[in-house]
Amino acid sequence: MLELQILLVFMIIGALIAVKTKDLLSSVIALGTVGLALSLAFLVLKSPDLAIAQLVVEILCVIILIRATIRKDLPFSTSGRWFVNTLIVLVFIGVFLTFGYFCMKDLPRFGEPEMRIAQTFLSMGLKETGATNLVTSVVLDYRAYDTLGEATILFTAVIAVLAVMRRVGRKK
Amino acid sequence: MDDPKKGMTLIVKTITRLTVGLILLFGIYIVSHGHVSPGGGFAGGVIISLSFIHIMLAFGEEAAFKKVNQGIASLFESFGAILFITIAAIGMGSGYFFLNFLRKGEPFKLFSSGLIPLYNIAISFKVASGLFMIVILLMLLKIPKKGEKQ
Amino acid sequence: MSVYFLCLVLFCIGLYCILRKRNLIKIIIGIAIVEYAVNLFFILVGYRMNGRVPIYSPDQTIRDMVDPLPQALVLTSIVIGLAVTALIAAIAMRVYEKYGTFDITKIKKLKG
Repeated sequence: MLELQILLVFMIIGALIAVKTKDLLSSVIALGTVGLALSLAFLVLKSPDLAIAQLVVEILCVIILIRATIRKDLPFSTSGRWFVNTLIVLVFIGVFLTFGYFCMKDLPRFGEPEMRIAQTFLSMGLKETGATNLVTSVVLDYRAYDTLGEATILFTAVIAVLAVMRRVGRKK
Repeated sequence: MDDPKKGMTLIVKTITRLTVGLILLFGIYIVSHGHVSPGGGFAGGVIISLSFIHIMLAFGEEAAFKKVNQGIASLFESFGAILFITIAAIGMGSGYFFLNFLRKGEPFKLFSSGLIPLYNIAISFKVASGLFMIVILLMLLKIPKKGEKQ
Repeated sequence: MSVYFLCLVLFCIGLYCILRKRNLIKIIIGIAIVEYAVNLFFILVGYRMNGRVPIYSPDQTIRDMVDPLPQALVLTSIVIGLAVTALIAAIAMRVYEKYGTFDITKIKKLKG
């Protein structure tokens, strides 16, 4: 899986540029490259549904973030305890990485998943639901309550944006 | 729709007029073939909403509001939610929630697998109108420049 | 195993961006990077070596498919992530309209 590692290194470089650049518009565009590389990684990992969804969602996300970037400049101030704060954050991330590396030894090895429920889905899916795309049969038949929750969250998000953005009721 | 002062330049408008129908058609294809090929309600809904956002970015807000305004988007979103819940609740009559009670049909055909295409269509209505409404609301906010009071 | 570790490094870059940066747009970018890393990790756990796409075709048997369950979970997670990003962007634009800045250390006044 050399191509997967190359894609991941590309994503890490893009994320570093997105974090470190001073110009906000360049930073948003670097985030867009990370999302497109993630779409390619999904395609390498044999999941074309997610590749399509990630591609179109990334385009819409970049449109929204470019609209939200009203001022491009980023004032850089070294006032306060700049050095101490950065040191504390880096030490915390180092501890997190160390414990994460030891926890990874208990995971199933890459390429050999434990598929207890999924074995049932794979063998019985076509007979029980009639859909040839197994991801759709899991989303809309076996685990349809997840989709119901997703619809609720989307509805709540739209109502929240409406409530934040409206002007009526504020002038008296 | 052809006000030269609003929106982008003539080249962008001409290309938009040629391609926006194809984008909408591709979204409908992705939604309706979600159970036999990659795709489904989520991705197809985002593509359909991107076609309307494309009109809005190229021609200005007024041209897009002639086709879909905020009231129609809100109506379609509520329609999608109610359709999803209703189809799921009909299954209660003969068993349990989300029961797939139609005939499964022959695999690899467009009209197969019972209720799953109907669920896909309901979700695509919901996702498309919801995301389009979010983008409308974000575009309509006018921020005053620094120093001047509104 | 190295793939898991690279994915964790990507998570930590997003975490650094959330914890250390002062600009609101940078914080949104950090949240988006963390979300990408988590989605990718789900799919990495469900991958089977030399597996096939979990879609039936008329001429092939059903063996050696990758796990369809994490793909279904991540498919809903992607759209939810977009809605949440739009909500945070809306709140950030309102904050800019009120205070005239994106810097979170300057947003201190509660009223006025």
